[in-house]
Parts: sequence; structure tokens; C-alpha cells
Amino acid sequence: MLELRHVSKTFNPGTINEKKALTDLSLHLAPGEFVTVIGGNGAGKSTLLNAVAGVWPVDGGTILLDGEDITAWPEHKRAVHIGRVFQDPMMGTAPNMQLEENLALALRRGQRRGLKWEVTKVEREDYRALLADLGLGLEDRLTAKVGLLSGGQRQAVTLLMAALRRPKLLLLDEHTAALDPATAAKVLELSDRIVSEAHLTALMITHNMTDAIRHGSRLIMMDEGRIILDIDGEAKKKLTKRELIDRFAQSAGYQLESDQTLLSKN
Amino acid sequence: MQAYFASLSLLKLLKNMPGGIAQGLIWGVMALGIYITFRLLDVADLTVDGSFTTGGACAAMLILAGKSPWLALAVAMAAGILAGLCTGLLHTKLGIPAILAGILTQFALYSVNLHIMGMAANKALNVDKYPLLVSSRYVPAAIGKGAAIAVVLVALMYWYFGTEQGSAIRATGDNPAMSRALGINIDNMKVLGLALSNGVVALAGGLMAQYQGFADINMGRGAIVIGLAAVIIGEVISRAVFKKYLNFAVTLGFTVLGGVLYYLVVVVVLWLKLNSNDLKLFTAVIVALFLSVPHFRDRAQHSFRRKKAGEVSGDA
Repeated sequence: MLELRHVSKTFNPGTINEKKALTDLSLHLAPGEFVTVIGGNGAGKSTLLNAVAGVWPVDGGTILLDGEDITAWPEHKRAVHIGRVFQDPMMGTAPNMQLEENLALALRRGQRRGLKWEVTKVEREDYRALLADLGLGLEDRLTAKVGLLSGGQRQAVTLLMAALRRPKLLLLDEHTAALDPATAAKVLELSDRIVSEAHLTALMITHNMTDAIRHGSRLIMMDEGRIILDIDGEAKKKLTKRELIDRFAQSAGYQLESDQTLLSKN
Repeated sequence: MQAYFASLSLLKLLKNMPGGIAQGLIWGVMALGIYITFRLLDVADLTVDGSFTTGGACAAMLILAGKSPWLALAVAMAAGILAGLCTGLLHTKLGIPAILAGILTQFALYSVNLHIMGMAANKALNVDKYPLLVSSRYVPAAIGKGAAIAVVLVALMYWYFGTEQGSAIRATGDNPAMSRALGINIDNMKVLGLALSNGVVALAGGLMAQYQGFADINMGRGAIVIGLAAVIIGEVISRAVFKKYLNFAVTLGFTVLGGVLYYLVVVVVLWLKLNSNDLKLFTAVIVALFLSVPHFRDRAQHSFRRKKAGEVSGDA
């Protein structure tokens, strides 16, 4: 579904702040694969997702989505096929617009936006049902401004929006990192449900090893702009935290003290 | 001092009020255009000082050429749309910050406007010779027509910004990152919003030229400030009256009302025999005061200063 061939990206080339964020990275995602991405700060996880989303052009390599070369496509054009949830809960929704207006905007992802009325009666009932499914009591707040919702609620809504028009690819960029543990668990569970119900292909970045192991069908670990570990199938199911740390040491060539080091390694 | 007060006639003030309302309605119509950029797109667009004059110049020349005032207004609007298009393209295609793009277009429009008016700085429109839509000679009719145009425009804007396209414009102003992620071409939306906004502003310019009976190369000077004043006065008053955020159409209605109130204040100031050359200074002070209201209201609600026991916090 998604294929990256020898993709590289360097930030601030030729300056003292030069940073090789992606180095000759290749990755292939089969349809329906749910890949968790783990790695320390500066490992290139977010850069990988932004390269796929088209936030900026890559320096080299090719990006294919469903067989189509999207390397030269601008962000809004790729968005036709890609749903995204950001780390910052404020980023995925329009705060001064109503809840139903936000959902309606998402429903038209990739469609021509013409002079038809934005929120139709039929849609409204669909939204109510979808929101009721979230179990957050949002079904009665369709006309509330999204800015009035909590971070967790907004992130759940963003997830719903990203999947509302079934995307070929779902990108989750540490979308639970800014939430409290209980809310984060809820949003993660919701992510699982949405991905499996719609058979979505997804890439999810996380800082949390346990989450990376527990969720998804495949796990990749990144370091210095490369994929240094790629585990799927049965091996992924049996993976433990201890084993992950050991294999990181083997591949990266240096020892990790603990989960904590991976979190803060720079 | 006594002589000063004795010279003020309340009757004269009352006599000037209807004229103030008529002119205020036209400023209110212009403020509707400014609302699109300032509130929906989150851009302070300085093109309007030029495009307001463009509208007035176009309308005046066409009416002088014997065309119908309605056609004149339509052409004025089209010219304003072109002006907004320029600003939009300077901003999105050439990467010039929105404020600077607006200033550049406005600056260039000065020459363009002179060309439109045949290199004259002033073009008179005599209401006895031409079938003007609104005129200061017939104030009640001007108020009626001005209000009707404002109502139609509010209805049109309410409809348009409720459509898929209008919502995409609003989303672009509210959260550009999200809009891109939802497949909205935000550059196109900005250009579209700027064009529509300046179209409305130029329409108001065309009305103003007819109302005052002339188009003048400087008639748009300070239009952005007056427009902002109208938007903010409308918001502050609607919030003071209703204590909550309102339906979009009502908000737009209050914007027009803001324009009327602004101009009534001007009428009072002139009646007080303050030097009319100080009017711009006075307007700037008023706008600064109103612009600061949301800031101070916020501060009052989220202040670190301890509230005295029993003191109730501001309206939430």
C-alpha cells in the first residue's frame, strides 16, 4: 500500500545545524498492516511521517501510495488518500467551528468543495451515531465549538475525522503523548478499533515501548534516520520489552540502559 | 465655555442623525467585507483602503458615461475582486506576508484609481443629472436602500459561508494545518477570501461615491480602520447585550450596526465642533480602545491577582 524507496531528507544542509533526518530509508507496507514506529528523540520518526504526508519535499527517493508515485504531490493533494492525527490535540480540529462542521469538513476530504450546504440532515444523524460510539457524551454537543472540548475529546474527534472518509493510509504521530494516561489508553483503544474495523493501513509513532509492542501487527524501530529493527507476525506477538532493548543494542551498536534511555536519548 | 455650549443646538444634532445613519450603513456594508478577511481568514488586509476608492471610481465613471447605477455597482465589485486577487496572489504565489501584500496592492491602486478617473483626483456626480441609487439629498430613501443592500448581503454571506466552499475558507482561517491535512488547498482559499472581501469593499465604495455625490482619490483612506472599528464595536456590543457568541447572521448584522454606530459617534464629534482634521486621530483612539476590550476581558478572567472574597469573576 505504501512504499518508500531510498528516501532521504537533510534539514538545514550546509549549515552548522545540518541534520540528516532520513538516510536512504526504504519501507514497504502491505495493505491492512498496522505498523508501530519506535525510537528515541531525533531518530527520524516524525520526519518519516511528514515525508509521507508531504509537509515538505524529500531530498531523494520515491514515495508510492497504492502503486502511485506521490513524491511530487503537495500536502493537500496527498491528503485525499491520507488521514492524519497529530501529537498536539489542538492541531487536528478547527476550534472556532462547530463539532458537526469539523466532521463535515473531514467527510469531504479529497472531494470537490462546491456550493452545497456543508452539514446536511442525513449526515447529522450519522455523526450523532458515530459520536455516540465514542462513549464520550459528544453526541449531544454537535453544535458546540470544538475549542470547548478537552484535549482527549478533541483527539478522539480527530481520529474519527481522519477515518471518516476511509483513507488508504492513516498516520498517527504520537497522538496520545499529550494526554493523561487514562485518556491516552482510551484513545489508543479507539485507534485500534478504527483501524481494525475499517481494515486500514496505518503507521503509528509512539514513545512508549509497551504500547508499541501491544498494538499493531508490525513494529519498526528507528535510529539516526534509519530503520534498525523490523519485526512482524509471530515474532512481534511474542516480543518483550527486554528483548526489544537487547535487539536495539545489537542493531544500533550501543547499549541502552532502560526504557527510559530510549525515551530521552538524543 | 458658556458661549460654546450655547452654540450647540440639539436640534441640529438630531437633524444630522439620519444622514449619519445612511452613511454608517454604507460603512457597515464595507465592514462586512472586512469581516471576511479579519475574522474568517484571520488576516488584516490593507488592500481595502485602495479597493474602496477603486469601487467609487469605477461606479462614478460608469454613471457619468450614462450606465445604470446597478451596472456601475456590479463593475465596481468586479474591480474590487480583481484587487483582492492581486493581494492574494502576491501573498500565496510570491510568499509576501499578507499585510505587506495588501500594502503593495493598495499603493499600486492609487495610480490605477487615477487612471480610472481619467487622471482626475475628483469626479462629481450630480444627483439631478444622474439616476443615483443613493444620495445625501434623499436621506430616508438612502437609509432604506442601504439597509436593504446590507440585509441582502448578510443573507448571501450567511448562505455562502455555510456551504462546503465557504466552510473551507473558514477552516483555512481557523486552523491552516488541519485544513491542509483535510485536503483543502489553503492558498486557493486565501485568494478566494481576499477577492470576495475586496469585492464587497469596492461595492461599498461605489455606494459611497453615489451617496456623497463624488468619487475622490482619497475617499478610501482609513477604510481599514473604520471597518475594524465597525467589526469590533459590533462584537463588543453583541456580547454585552447577549452575553454569548451568536449565530453567524446575527454577528454580521451587528457588524453593520457597528458601522452605523461608528458613524453616529462621528456625527456627535462633529456636532461638538471638534476640529474635523482630528477625526482620524479620534477614530484611531476609539479603535484602539475597542480592540483592547477582548484583551482586558481575558485578563480580568485569568488574572493572577487574587479576587476579593465575594467578588464574582467576569462573564464566562
